[in-house]
Amino acid sequence: MKTHSALRPAIVLLAAFSLLLGFGYPALVTGAAQALFPFQANGSIIKLGGRAVGSALLGENFSGPGWFRSRPSATTPYPYNAEASAASNLGPSNPALRKAADARAERLRAENPESTGPVPADLVTASASGLDPHISPAAALYQVERVARERKLPPETVRRLVLSSVEGRTLGILGEPRVNVLELNLALSRISPI
Amino acid sequence: MNSIAAIKFLVYFALLTILAAPLGAYMARVYEGENRLSRKILGPLERFLYKIAGVREDSDGSWKIYARDLLVFNLLGFFAVYALLRLQGSLPLNPAGFGGVSPRLAFNTAASFVTNTNWQAYSGEAVMSQLSQMAALAVQNFLSAGSGMAVAAALCRSFARSEREGIGSFWVDLVRGSIYILLPLSLAFSIFLVSQGVVQTFEGRAEVSLISPQAAPDGTPLTRASIALGPVASQVAIKQLGTNGGGYYNANSAHPFENPTPLSNFAELLAILLIPAAFCFTFGKMVKAPRQGLVLFSVMMAVILPLVFVCAGAELSGNPALRGLGVDQSAGVFQGGGNMEGKELRFGAAESALWAVATTAASNGSVNSMHDSFTPVGGLVPMWLIQLGEVIFGGVGSGLYGMILLAVIAVFIAGLMVGRTPEYLGKKLSAFEMKASSLGVLIPPALTLLGTAAACVAASGHSTVANPGPHGFSEILYAYSSAANNNGSAFAGLDASNLFHTVGTGLCMLAGRFWVIVPVLALAGAVARKKIVPASAGTLPTDTPLFAVLLLGTVILVGALTFIPALALGPIVEHLMLFP
Repeated sequence: MKTHSALRPAIVLLAAFSLLLGFGYPALVTGAAQALFPFQANGSIIKLGGRAVGSALLGENFSGPGWFRSRPSATTPYPYNAEASAASNLGPSNPALRKAADARAERLRAENPESTGPVPADLVTASASGLDPHISPAAALYQVERVARERKLPPETVRRLVLSSVEGRTLGILGEPRVNVLELNLALSRISPI
Repeated sequence: MNSIAAIKFLVYFALLTILAAPLGAYMARVYEGENRLSRKILGPLERFLYKIAGVREDSDGSWKIYARDLLVFNLLGFFAVYALLRLQGSLPLNPAGFGGVSPRLAFNTAASFVTNTNWQAYSGEAVMSQLSQMAALAVQNFLSAGSGMAVAAALCRSFARSEREGIGSFWVDLVRGSIYILLPLSLAFSIFLVSQGVVQTFEGRAEVSLISPQAAPDGTPLTRASIALGPVASQVAIKQLGTNGGGYYNANSAHPFENPTPLSNFAELLAILLIPAAFCFTFGKMVKAPRQGLVLFSVMMAVILPLVFVCAGAELSGNPALRGLGVDQSAGVFQGGGNMEGKELRFGAAESALWAVATTAASNGSVNSMHDSFTPVGGLVPMWLIQLGEVIFGGVGSGLYGMILLAVIAVFIAGLMVGRTPEYLGKKLSAFEMKASSLGVLIPPALTLLGTAAACVAASGHSTVANPGPHGFSEILYAYSSAANNNGSAFAGLDASNLFHTVGTGLCMLAGRFWVIVPVLALAGAVARKKIVPASAGTLPTDTPLFAVLLLGTVILVGALTFIPALALGPIVEHLMLFP
């Protein structure tokens, strides 16, 4: 049996695969993506009067009055920093987790005195990406009375807006029911600009 | 556990089986050079690669040649990644203007990506240039996967051979696996991902104006925001298919740009286990005994199915630490409920748990939720799946050869019980095969426990945990389990970027990969040389439910006996603290 050196095939194949898989493959996918799905490939950017206001897939922080709040975000140096996704990584037994959830629940109760039920869990827990665009329908409904009061709208109008924004499970089983906060807030400002 | 979660899981595993069987048959044809249809299209590329590399398509070599070629190729890949990361600051395709990566982070990342681990001690969108992501990391996503698949193919081939010196050619197996299996699947999958919203562009940023301005930490109003973009879909596709798991973004597949919809999530979940599951069928076809492959497949299913329900049950029941705060964690019409810290709402607790189980059963390691924030039992399940040695589907190729090592051991134990020479697939197993198998099975647990112990003793090892108490220990145990078994996921609160952990996990990854591959190839060489003996009355058939149970027992016993003491100090104590 003849044995060859391993060096030539190693060097040549690494170089060839680097070109093929490192450049050719992503370039081909980019070309196809930009041709077939340009909106998605560039970040699903929502435009309002020609101005980019956010991505349909990324959450934003809404802290002012009259907006539906997003979930807590652990990104730094400020919440919903779309250049540095991050989670809290707090363990279930970490006292800091309970303390943070308690403080968030307290603030939500103070802010939404009309809502007397328990606070939905997603509003007091930080998401995995820190950029979660969604809240649960329960979390949106929890905020309806406050948003209606601050926007001087009938609560029923705001409730209907929330219910019409609910996305159900895909094919009836995949994912969880949810509301996109940026899209809900954009729809809200269409009927009642601030 | 609610019924909708159970339906999700059953649909998932049914679909996985339906897809894995034909893919596995196709993969066997690829490694035997009988894939006529795809050769018509990509054959010229294959032959061109052989020509420039100076490799003969029909070349065949001993296991030592095979191992040498693999090690040289992976060593070269290691240096290439290291160099690219160090020099990225002066290289093109760096729209965000990142500087070079530090030596220890470059070493850790290079070790991580050539070993198919994709442990990430860095934050992708904040450290890596587009060139590094594509030419260094994504290339190794393909090649480390292709290397592991090649080893598995060589082992299958060796069992089918009789009295032969050669086990095949690493170069041929590498090229075939890469261009006939990984590349076409990745191309199709990345386009699907883009349709769901995964970004794919060479732009580095998108600028938007906020409709609700924020206050920056220094008090100045923040009216504009910048969104990190990049060639993400092409990388996510191969990271899932190749059981790599290294994300483009820090949040990995929890980031909406890597995994935007429940449908993309389901497809990525399938991609995680697809090739490892298919390899069971490839094995059956290559050794010309499909039932042998089915036995391995059913053992893997028998472990993973109950664990999905355990993990999801724990996560859906919520975190007891939040009781008494007036917070509602229960499932209902208007919310999925469960332990939602570190989870994305579109996936909810059930699909986050399914992902955690799939990604750790496979040595994938990508995450769509943060395992560090799982309940103690919810976090124990993925950790233990890693510790079983990444054989429940496992890495592409590596899962199969890991399971075959355990099958050899199971046959040996059975042989001891009935007092006959152990045989597997017609090959009589002797001391050499047993030594090789034992080495391959024992190295990763030894690395895991020694690495964890060292980190617990050294100040720089345990000072970087993020959570107090037993959970901090769990973070360290998870890190070294993940590194030594080449998974790559983490209890990510642990800051693994200091010198101790970058070097420690880096060495564990390298040893856990290559110190297993070499004995596996030695086993391949040994069985190829043996004559296939026909089954006799004294042979224990290895294609029966009885053997499946025996193999299952071996897998559980090795995993449980080795790790229960360590698990007792981490998640089990934490569970008892939370549920007094």
